[in-house]
Amino acid sequence: MINLFINGLPVSVEEGSTLLEAARFLGFPIPTLCHKDGLSPYGACRLCVVEIGEEPKAKLVSSCTYPAEEGLKVRTASSRVVRARRMVLELLLASCPQSKIIQDLASAHGIRQQRFKQEHEDCILCGLCVRMCQEQMMAKAIGFRSRGEKRSIGTPFDIKSEECRLCGGCMYVCPACQLRCTYTEPERPICGGCANLTPPCLEKRQFDDMMCFMDPCVACEIQKEG
Amino acid sequence: MASLNSIHHLKAFLGRLLGQRDLNTSTLVIPAGTCGRASGADLLIETARQEILDRGLSEKVLVRTTGCHGFCEMEPSVLVEPDRTFYPKADADSMVRIVDAVARGDVLEDLLFKSPETAQPIRSADDVPFFKGQNRTILSHNERVDPTSVETYIENGGYSAMVSVLEQGDPRWVVEEVKRSGLRGRGGAGFPTGLKWELLAKQPNGNGKFLVCNADEGDPGAYMDRSVLEGNPHSIIEGMLIGAFATGATEGIVYVRTEYPLAILNLKMALRQAYELGLLGDNILRTGLSFGISLVKGAGAFVCGEETAMIRSIEGKMGEPRQRPPFPVKRGIEGKPTLINNVETWANIPIIFRMGSEEYAKTGTNGNSGTKIFSLVGKVKNTGLVEVPMGITIKEIVYDIGGGPVGKVRIKAIQTGGPSGGCIPAERFDLPIDYDSLTQAGSMMGSGGMIVMDENTCMVDVARYFMNFLKDESCGKCFTCRKGTQRMFELLDDFSKGKGTLAQLDLLEELAQVVKDTTMCGLGQTAPNPVLSTLRYFRNEYLEHIEKARCPAGVCKELITYSINDKCVGCQACLKACAAGAITGEKKRQHVINPELCIKCGVCKSVCKVEAIDVA
Repeated sequence: MINLFINGLPVSVEEGSTLLEAARFLGFPIPTLCHKDGLSPYGACRLCVVEIGEEPKAKLVSSCTYPAEEGLKVRTASSRVVRARRMVLELLLASCPQSKIIQDLASAHGIRQQRFKQEHEDCILCGLCVRMCQEQMMAKAIGFRSRGEKRSIGTPFDIKSEECRLCGGCMYVCPACQLRCTYTEPERPICGGCANLTPPCLEKRQFDDMMCFMDPCVACEIQKEG
Repeated sequence: MASLNSIHHLKAFLGRLLGQRDLNTSTLVIPAGTCGRASGADLLIETARQEILDRGLSEKVLVRTTGCHGFCEMEPSVLVEPDRTFYPKADADSMVRIVDAVARGDVLEDLLFKSPETAQPIRSADDVPFFKGQNRTILSHNERVDPTSVETYIENGGYSAMVSVLEQGDPRWVVEEVKRSGLRGRGGAGFPTGLKWELLAKQPNGNGKFLVCNADEGDPGAYMDRSVLEGNPHSIIEGMLIGAFATGATEGIVYVRTEYPLAILNLKMALRQAYELGLLGDNILRTGLSFGISLVKGAGAFVCGEETAMIRSIEGKMGEPRQRPPFPVKRGIEGKPTLINNVETWANIPIIFRMGSEEYAKTGTNGNSGTKIFSLVGKVKNTGLVEVPMGITIKEIVYDIGGGPVGKVRIKAIQTGGPSGGCIPAERFDLPIDYDSLTQAGSMMGSGGMIVMDENTCMVDVARYFMNFLKDESCGKCFTCRKGTQRMFELLDDFSKGKGTLAQLDLLEELAQVVKDTTMCGLGQTAPNPVLSTLRYFRNEYLEHIEKARCPAGVCKELITYSINDKCVGCQACLKACAAGAITGEKKRQHVINPELCIKCGVCKSVCKVEAIDVA
């Protein structure tokens, strides 16, 4: 067992545990977007940063990827952490304002406005869908392409993947779009119920636009069967 | 080439080479690195060889092509040994004359380097101010060694460090020597090399360990690693061999960027020679040491210089970093312990063992020992590679070695450490150059790029340029690095167009601090440095852009207008040069620029001989 301190409280966790797991074990809330139990830690969204060590060498690390170390002092809500987290949320809100999850997180952190140029992107490149597809569905149908601002997720060459089994796992885990694409359940749609007739992913042929990597769209397939 | 079977064999081979060596025959040393070739060294070599053949001088005059010597401003150049006469900026015609003069034992005064102060010719390369102020422990080998020939390396003391290490026979002693030398990683972060080696040596040697040479030098305007690889590839091999002996590593990899074709070629040749001589492979010199080195080419991603991204790239995966710990020294390539050192670090290893660690540690300052190569570029007279002891001041590099500003314009700042480094203003040029002082000043050592900036450089534009580079080169995995660099660029772009507000300036500073704090790898953590350091020292320039929509340096295109003043003599030079057809005027009358058509390229200013073009 490894003993460490989180916000001053001692905690013992098994070797190999992450700081996020340790903090959640004690009940300290740490927001995350790219973390999901059952998928490997990735550390992309930077929301889960916590402060470790002591001044002047204190630093911020992503708690979902940082392993618990003996005697480590962790602060999950210091002013430095909160400042960073608020800026991350502001950046998220500036890029993907439609996501319910992001809106809720921003609201919970008291962010009432964002000061950047408003963009309307869908994907935050958290990589949950890629890991879901690879680690749980064993399909590896989608992956990351390119780097920097051109980075995107999709099937190779943007054509229908032969590996894809239309399981929908990618959409299920997506923190940015899962509430927009609702299959054929009219009681849950956010986008006005059009999912039953012409799902938005069919109108646009580009998969990365709507973050649905399936071809044909599951919604239509289910309808056909019905 | 016969394989060498023992240390004794290698020594005998060395003896034979030294016996054949003739130090008194005149030799034309022609630097032909990538830079030398670009400026015409190939033609010089061809001319020299032809001339020597034609005149039957092959007994009297030898030619040696080497890697870069460092004085880029004067390329292509010729160095005549043994008296080290230096002929800068040579061409085919002067080459013919040089061959003739060397054959006669004469010196051509008119072709020699002229002292910038007295205009007197300087004969020996060692007296040229650019070389005089340096301590060329590593680069001096570039003059003596032909990179395509292992013999020239061996006869200049090559592989003797490895022999002494193998004869000593104690890996722990080797690690201790490196620790005593005080060598710190030359890749930028300055981690003590000996300590790193010790950590790797302590790892269990189950499935093998890796040594990696990081030659993914991606900083714009920095090329010291390229010069060492091109000019002296065997020094890297020897350094890695010593490392393998000390740490028990079994496999070596040189990760070199594919944009360095000559370095790759020379390194491949050197590796083949080393394998043929039995200096690499199984049971090297029958000492029981087995070590092989292979070459991996990078595919042009800046981020792959970061060690965890490099490991993924070597494994054939997408080059993106991961969180440390576990550090590569515990879990690296294929999960095996891996040690990554920079080219220059490896090149320092043989030198430490040739000099002895105590002697080595005498150069430089306490805690920052040895020499460091910088690539000095930008608005300075003598651009080139500069090797100096650690702890020398910026002033000495810029003014004594670099020769100061190009024209009458004052030098304003120096940017160190590549895109992730920062700008240091001229008032702080008495700062000693070492890892710690540079970091304190808000910049960093980085791999050793140094860009000199004068009053015609706009600091907002500099920050914008580097942020543009970084937003493209961020791997995009971390949200704060990907979006943060994009948003910082967006804000800086607004400032450079005069559209910024003071609130945005605060936002930029806040964002930069958070990006520095929250990103995963070194690229993101240092990415805000260009912004933070320019804000720290040159906030006035930002304020001028924002409050007065004015670019004091006359760089930001949206904020400047070109006009012609009454000094104009009507020579029509600018009129003819203007590609946009924006200039009108009759001969011998003052011309006029039409601001509607002007594309602000600045060509009129560069062709005007009477300083009649105003930029405001």
